Amino acid sequence: MVNYQAAALDRVFAVLGDPTRRAILARLEQEECVTVSVLAQPFAIKLPAVMKHLDVMADAGLITRAKHGRTVDVRLSPEPLREAADWLARYERFWSPKLDRLTAHAEAREREARRGENKATDE
Amino acid sequence: MTSLTLVRRIAARPSIVFEALTTAEGLSAWWGPDDLPVIKAEIDARAGGAYLVRFRTADGAEHEAFGELLEVDPPRRVVMSWRWALGGEPEELGRTSRIEFEVRPAEDGSELTFTHAQLRNDASVASHRHGWTGAFDKLERVLAAAPPDPI
Repeated sequence: MVNYQAAALDRVFAVLGDPTRRAILARLEQEECVTVSVLAQPFAIKLPAVMKHLDVMADAGLITRAKHGRTVDVRLSPEPLREAADWLARYERFWSPKLDRLTAHAEAREREARRGENKATDE
Repeated sequence: MTSLTLVRRIAARPSIVFEALTTAEGLSAWWGPDDLPVIKAEIDARAGGAYLVRFRTADGAEHEAFGELLEVDPPRRVVMSWRWALGGEPEELGRTSRIEFEVRPAEDGSELTFTHAQLRNDASVASHRHGWTGAFDKLERVLAAAPPDPI
């Protein structure tokens, strides 16, 4: 179960790691339902390349596609994004206070170092 | 590939930040949970060297993380593998992560960029190092717009 979830998360992050796919997600966030050909228009790449990106996004569960006659409608399916966000939130809760303490520690050390340097200059 | 990036501006010179990352005394000062002491910290700050940090959480449980230093480039960069020897998150047991600290000089000190990634595919870590921030800003908006289905 855990491994399955981890693999599913990897697929979501693989989608988010690509600028074309992020642009497609952003578009689907604005418009509820967009046809594949309309989605492909802003990109310099050809339709089959866009279709491949959509396959990756569908595998990750981030979009759904439905055929209507000669067009294919694409919709955003945000639930896997929520899981990815939960993963990030959990690790952010783990690391963030540590980095705050690291910051406080290093800043205290910097103040000590400066006091030492000032003293050396005064003498 | 799952990865988390956090950035901190620190009013301290890079060499001081780097020392906090690569000395036992430095690690002891920040690795434990708030107000709870690190029980033991050891680090051999060379590429290939080992480190471990043992600490206690509020419930009294002891946790120990350990790993290997994969890259050490003072005062700019240190990369470590990281896994639990004891305690930690049950789902993380037996899995190795990669943690990476980049220290850049900034106007009034340093900028620290921290990355935590799973260690499954290093090429993937490298190729995904950039571009998360924009993706997650969007992701937050998407999630805010679409509440979960009640079960």
